[in-house]
Order: sequence, then C-alpha cells, then structure tokens
Amino acid sequence: MQLATLLEALFPGGHAVQVAGQVVTGSATTAAGPVTVIGTTDHAEIGIEHALALAAAVLASTRAHPAQPILMLVDTAGQRPTRHDELLAINGYLAHLAECLDLARRRGARLVALIYGEAVSGGFLSFGLMADAIYALPQAQVRVMNLQAMARVTRQPVERLQALAASSPVFAPGVENYVAMGCVQALWDGDLAAALLAALRAPAGLAPRAALGRQRGGRLLAAAIADRVAGGEA
Amino acid sequence: MNAAGSTGAAVPADRSWYEASARARLDGLLDPGSFGELLGPRTRTLSPHLAMLDLPGAFDDGIVVGSGRLAGRAVLVAAQEGAFMGGAVGEVHGAKLAGLLRRACALRPDGVLLLPDSGGVRLHEANAGLIALSEIIHGLLAVRAAGIPVLALIGGSNGAFGGMGIAARCCDHVIMSEEGRLALSGPEVIETVRGVEEFDARDRALVWRTTGGKHRYLLGEADALVADGIGAFRTAALAALAADDAHRADDLDALTAAHAALVRRSARYGACRDGLEIWRAQGIAEPERLPLLDAPDFLAAVAGRDA
Amino acid sequence: MENLQYEFAGQRVVATPPAHALVGVVASGNLEVMIEPAALGGRMQVQITTAAGGFGAVWEAVLRDFNGRHPLADVRISINDVGATPAVVSLRLDQAVEAFEGGPA
Repeated sequence: MQLATLLEALFPGGHAVQVAGQVVTGSATTAAGPVTVIGTTDHAEIGIEHALALAAAVLASTRAHPAQPILMLVDTAGQRPTRHDELLAINGYLAHLAECLDLARRRGARLVALIYGEAVSGGFLSFGLMADAIYALPQAQVRVMNLQAMARVTRQPVERLQALAASSPVFAPGVENYVAMGCVQALWDGDLAAALLAALRAPAGLAPRAALGRQRGGRLLAAAIADRVAGGEA
Repeated sequence: MNAAGSTGAAVPADRSWYEASARARLDGLLDPGSFGELLGPRTRTLSPHLAMLDLPGAFDDGIVVGSGRLAGRAVLVAAQEGAFMGGAVGEVHGAKLAGLLRRACALRPDGVLLLPDSGGVRLHEANAGLIALSEIIHGLLAVRAAGIPVLALIGGSNGAFGGMGIAARCCDHVIMSEEGRLALSGPEVIETVRGVEEFDARDRALVWRTTGGKHRYLLGEADALVADGIGAFRTAALAALAADDAHRADDLDALTAAHAALVRRSARYGACRDGLEIWRAQGIAEPERLPLLDAPDFLAAVAGRDA
Repeated sequence: MENLQYEFAGQRVVATPPAHALVGVVASGNLEVMIEPAALGGRMQVQITTAAGGFGAVWEAVLRDFNGRHPLADVRISINDVGATPAVVSLRLDQAVEAFEGGPA
C-alpha cells in the first residue's frame, strides 16, 4: 500500500506527516488523541542518516509530549551495506535509535509498529521490533534474508529449505511466520483507523511475545528456556 | 612471554582471549571457582531446528550462561561459543540470554558481563533468532534501566556482527581487544551486494581499519582497548564496573548528548572512506603505524588526539 | 546425523565425582564430550551423535581402547561429533576423564 493511501486510511481525522529522504515524520489525529508518526518508505535501506533522523524524531517527541503514543510505520529493506556506514559504525547508530525508542516507552509513550511494506533484518530489529506491539498489513513482507541467499550461506539446497518452510515457521520469510512466532500481534485488514484505535486502547506494556509464540505453536521452546534460566535452574 | 615482577617471580603469560573457548574465557575472567552455570550441558537443551536440518547440535546450544564473581563482585555472565555455528543466535541460545537478563533484573547483581562472539542471527532458525535478539536488546536496556552496569567484552574470531553488533552497543561499556571486530554487515555481505570496489572482503587490513578494536576505540564505539589477553579483559572489566559506581546521568539528557555526538561524527567524517582518514582527522601523527602497535604503544600514540 | 551407542564393562568408580565434566566444542573436526555419573550396574555407556556417518567400527575400536585406558564404572559418556579424527576423539575422551577425576566441578 502506498504511504499516502495508508495515512488517509489510518487518520481520517487528518495528519501532518512529511517525507524527506525516505524518512517519515510528523503527527496525526486519532479518536484516542494525537500520535507521533515516524517511519520509512520506499523499502528504504537504513543508513546512518536515516537512523539519526528517526532517533531525532523520537527524542523530540519524548521531550515535547512524553506520553504521546508513537506510531512506527515500517517499510525497510534492511540496513544499508556500504563501507561508509560500517566505517562510521552503523551498529552504534541503530543501537542509539533502539535506546531512544526504549526511553520513549519508559517515559510513557505507547509504541505501536505497523509493517506496511517490508521489514528486514537489522532495519527491523532496531526500529519496528522495539515496539510494544507489532501489527502488519496482509501484504507485508517480513524476513531476515531471502531464501536463495539463505540457502547459499547455510549450504543447504533451496528445495530442502522450501520443503521445511512448509511445516516450520522458524526460518522462512513471511509475515504469517512472524504471526505464528508471536512477534506480529495481528494483521490489519479493512478499517485501519479502527484497528489503530484498538491498538492504542489495548493494555500498555510489551506484548508477551514468547508466550504468544508458544500458544500459536511457532516458538515452542523459548518461553520455557528463558523462564528456567531466569528462575536459576542449574 | 614471561616478565619478572619486582620480586623476581615470573608472571604467567596472559592467555589469548582470541584462541580461548567461551568456557575458558569465563574461567580466566571470573574469580577461581566462582562460576555456577545455569541450564548447563546436562540439561541437553539442544536446538531441535538444527536436528531437523540434520546438523549437529551442542548441549548448551553454543552459549554459556551463569553467575560468578569478579574480584568479589557478584556478576551474571553470558559467553557465546564462536566455534559453534559461528556463535550465531538461535531459539534456545537466544532464550538463555534473554532469561539471564531477566534474572539480572530480579537479582540485581553488581554487573552483567556479555562476551559476544557472533555473526548475529543463526540463519537456520532465522526468525527465532531475530525475535530473540529483539528480546535480548529489550533485556539489556531493562537491566541498565535498573541501574545495573552491563559490559560487552569483544575479542573473538567472529567479533560482534549483525544483531549482536547492535546489542553490544546497547551495553554501558564496550571493551575490545585489537583482534575484536564490531559492526553490522560483514565484509563478505558488502562485497557480494555492492561489489569488490566497495569492499574487498579479503583485505584483512581494510577489515580491521573499518571494524576492528583500534578503530572502534578511536571512533568512540569502544570505551577501552586491551591486548588479546584474558587477564587484560579482566582488568578492564573491573575498571569499568568501578567507574560505574558513579551516579548515572538522566537518561534523556544522556541520549540527547549521545545523539549530538553521532551528529558530530557524521559531519566530521562524512567524506571519509578509510579508517586512516579518520585517524588523521583526529590529529594522530603517522596513523598508518597504528595497526602495527601493540595495545600499550597504541594507547600512548593516540593519547593526545582530538577525539 | 548418526546415533551410536556402546556399552563396556567398568572397573573403577570415581569417588565423589562432579555432576559432570565437559570438554571440546561442536565444530568441524572437533567434538564435545560430556561425562556424568550414572547408576549403570558398574558399566560405562557411550552415546554418540555424529555428523559423519558410517564409522561405527572405528568408533567401537577407539572406545574400546579408551575403555582399556580408563575403565570407569557407572558413567555415561555423551558425545556430539563433527567428523573428528580418531586421534582427536581419543584426546577429548582422555581430557574429559581428567576433568571428571579432578574433583567436584
């Protein structure tokens, strides 16, 4: 879905959202009050300047209205793999973005992420995955890596991966896998403004992803393993 | 290489961190006999996903977690075994670390030590690994918000790449050896996607000028640069924990200052293509010599730089 | 992956053994060996998961030699192997026994 169409559907009451250099910033009106809107568009490859622009918007929102919810619109092809980004340590810029989002949450801002395009790897990890709850449009594409590249790196035949992917959501690309793993709360179809409102009015706090993953059958071990370690089992 | 102390007694050579297994690193880092493992190998928590792919698993799924003491201070620790699956994060591996960080919030130790040696997400369990890394980042930030210092000690053959490169920078302190590397996309990925002109992955010197411990120290990504020795890491870790006895700054001010530093970094080095150019910009004389210097000589050579 | 299991007679019980001893890492050409005390009526049981199939006879020979050197009784030895040579396997087994007999972990 095009960003302009998405914004109209999410905010029938109006919005003041701009795009500059593939980075989306601004605010919008909802029946639950104003929300800060940040994100990326055009399947942006996240480089150091994108990370800085997003972090700046989060910090500004936290300073100006700490309790104002932040809607994170996710459409990224992942991190930009260039010499310059690595030389200047893009991992540090992305960690900074994650820290800013976490601080916003601690200061009372609910973080809601909506994947409307692509959500890939490091670009997703330091942005969308920092949200309290993550939603997606049915056509969203979520992955760590495409299957062909994965087959090359792991030295597994791509046919074998494809066959296994049919029965296991643990590695293959696909938003439905992330729903099954308990990472994406739900898909939004139809009245997007109503779906957003429901998300803004849902109980606050980080969604219990590990428990949800176990419940949905996609991530059967993680919750129990983490509990056992947290509980001090030798 | 032995050195005689002032009493004439021989000082044992500091064992290489780079060569050591995760367990050997913990053994040398922590006070003797103080380590207690959580969910150790007897629990046989192997990865079922690797078994599905007919690949060998490890009893601890490649990460050792537990508690110990560092000069008497209570710490929780996690060490990734770089030799197993590239130290990469899978479902069980990631859950062990996430659980440890939750335990830290409950127990309030004097510190948490993370020993990354990882390329990031384990592709064989890609989605589980990515989600686990997200939980790890949340966990690290929760531990810090509870006022508990978190240290990342990086000096293994895999360095800290991918999601672990982001996670490492979500710690309070990053301690690196000259052997260590800290980044996001690996050199092979850049070369594959952007071409050898963009990055020659076989140029080791280039790799270390771009992502190695010395460069990261000069850039401000690492707080301490140490020799490749388990004892050296121990000393630096103790110093970092001691430094954190100081009152912690207000988070928003600290992040605003960190933001300004990153803006400055981008502006200052916006045209740089190589670590050498950055080091030269910091006023370091003979920057091309830096990769050849051992840790103490390196630190002396850069002491007066315009950081 | 191939799973193998062998049993041998044991003669020597380790007094006050640790809960386990573990040596090695699961990496190409390497293996991890874990020894645990187990009530096995005096026997030594060895369970192997190996990425290199078809070497059952070699494993049996290496283990028989090992059992001759260290006829431990009431122990379970568990191995995850990625194509280690017999020399490396023997080395790790001996290292594991050394760790196991070294006292409580």
